[in-house]
Amino acid sequence: MRFRIIVLAKQVPDTRNVGKDAMKADGTVNRAALPAIFNPEDLHALEQALSIKDKIPEAEVIILTMGPFRAAEIIREAMYRGADRGYLITDRKFAGSDTLATSYALSLACKKLAPYHLVISGRQAIDGDTAQVGPQTAEKLGIPQITYAEEILSVDAKKIIVKRRLEMGVEVVNSTLPAAITVHGSAPVCRQRVAKLLMKYKHARTVTELQNETKDYTELYNDRPYLLIDEWTADDLNAQVEMLGLSGSPTKVKKIENVVFQHKDSKVMGSSDKEIESLMQELIGSHIIG
Amino acid sequence: MNNIFVYCEVSEEGSIADVSLELLSKGKKLADDLNVKLEAVVIGNKVLNLEALLYPYGVDVIHYAEDERLFPYTTLPHASIILDLFGKEKPEIALFGATSIGRDIAPRVASALRCGLTADCTSLEIGDHFENKSQTEYKNLLYQIRPAFGGNIIATIINPETRPQMATVREGVMKKEIFSNKFKGKLKKMDAKSILKDDDFAVTIIERHMEKSKIDIKNSQVIISGGYGVGSKENFNLLFQLADILGAQVGASRAAVDAGFVEHERQVGQTGVTVRPKLYIACGISGAVQHRAGMDQSAQIISINTDISAPINSIADFTIVGNVADVIPKMIKYYKKNSK
Repeated sequence: MRFRIIVLAKQVPDTRNVGKDAMKADGTVNRAALPAIFNPEDLHALEQALSIKDKIPEAEVIILTMGPFRAAEIIREAMYRGADRGYLITDRKFAGSDTLATSYALSLACKKLAPYHLVISGRQAIDGDTAQVGPQTAEKLGIPQITYAEEILSVDAKKIIVKRRLEMGVEVVNSTLPAAITVHGSAPVCRQRVAKLLMKYKHARTVTELQNETKDYTELYNDRPYLLIDEWTADDLNAQVEMLGLSGSPTKVKKIENVVFQHKDSKVMGSSDKEIESLMQELIGSHIIG
Repeated sequence: MNNIFVYCEVSEEGSIADVSLELLSKGKKLADDLNVKLEAVVIGNKVLNLEALLYPYGVDVIHYAEDERLFPYTTLPHASIILDLFGKEKPEIALFGATSIGRDIAPRVASALRCGLTADCTSLEIGDHFENKSQTEYKNLLYQIRPAFGGNIIATIINPETRPQMATVREGVMKKEIFSNKFKGKLKKMDAKSILKDDDFAVTIIERHMEKSKIDIKNSQVIISGGYGVGSKENFNLLFQLADILGAQVGASRAAVDAGFVEHERQVGQTGVTVRPKLYIACGISGAVQHRAGMDQSAQIISINTDISAPINSIADFTIVGNVADVIPKMIKYYKKNSK
């Protein structure tokens, strides 16, 4: 049996680089102004998968993402770096999914891709920071989980040895396979695109993307079927509709407040020697320091 | 209504972790609001002084599962025990520390119970909810409040239908408070051996190196914190110099940690440490809400920033408009001159 690794990845708004135009005049978030990127820790996860493939050349790396049509961008990105193929799970019925509904859909897709040895994802996505989807997908698949992975020390068809990075130190664990792994940001960064793969996969498209192309590529895709990225809908996954999207999400957002800055009586001062000295004198005098 | 359960982490020393005691303190208040009991879940091996330690926090019942295979923590055995207990007791609310253990086990448990979980809450309250669509009124829900979407919004999350209502909270967010030194609850031992199955031991620990973090910014009275605006690792050395002289600790924003200026242990904010020092000096920190969530309870805040409109300035007592590399040496100089 071929060693199969499924990498779970997410396309996220780049919340780390929130510029001034990221907020609209009414105080709501202007999502369009935020670039969509490959979730950083998912790239670390991809690197772990690719490094296993370095050691086990016949291993295959499958990238799986759930999102809108445009999320196919990160599947291509993963293919440029060495992933063998990818699947986009996309359906309006998934809209509003919390981590539980998301992990349900992802676990169904993993089951469709069985038999697999490893399901690897980033520890968490920067748009939510929950770190829940990895463990929840593992639970739904009924496989053990190894969170906070920093390095895969060894792997064969039956077991894996992983170094975990925890708050208080490190831990080396052994797990049977199949297993789910979530990769910590302290793991090695992902290798760059490979020119040869970029050439090979630059025309990789989902069916939806092809429908929007002006040129007719039918012949190309008949010739090179690996260029077609599969899209799976809720029906393709045989999903129970009530477990998807908003109805499958036990958490509800009751209220969203835009962040309002409560102004204190802030004393604004310059950085001249005189001003800094009088501030230090005040702090010492009030026994805050010294 | 059923009771509130807090999963208590066992520390390296065989005691209960601070974050769990903080959650018990908050749990007691929520339990009093709801007029229900507070129950602690302790899973480990030979935990010391358990009853004497936990009852003062107002714990009515300690559920204790003891087995030599239950420490150090691994996911599956702990999950099996929690699921067995929650299956019988059907908690109204279940709280976990947002630690590497809590964030590992809580989602696994929530998935198995198909219930809602909110990570890294910065506040927990009890309140009602009216669902317009179904015209249903829900009384006494747990409001799980956390910054979201890069800190641009504060979201209040609820789980109207599923139980337990689950949340994780970082260390330092809630205050550790003794309820009464005279309070006595009761201990219920769980039969770990009958619950645990061979499959629960699919993951085994080969090696562990745990150390108490040498960096302890949480308990520091003065914190000099740097952001992306500090500019470089070298400029951070200035912050360390000032910290040395003041007997302070150096903290950082997430942007500074991501940029590699300092180690993650120093990160202040929603996904880092929450601090309440006497003095917090924010150097080159713009002040995203996740950062402020971790420091806005500081008694005094000084912001050093070239940008007078930086959000952090709005919660600062003093805003020094200037460059960190220019201002810190002056602070060092005039502290030395005036402190004797």
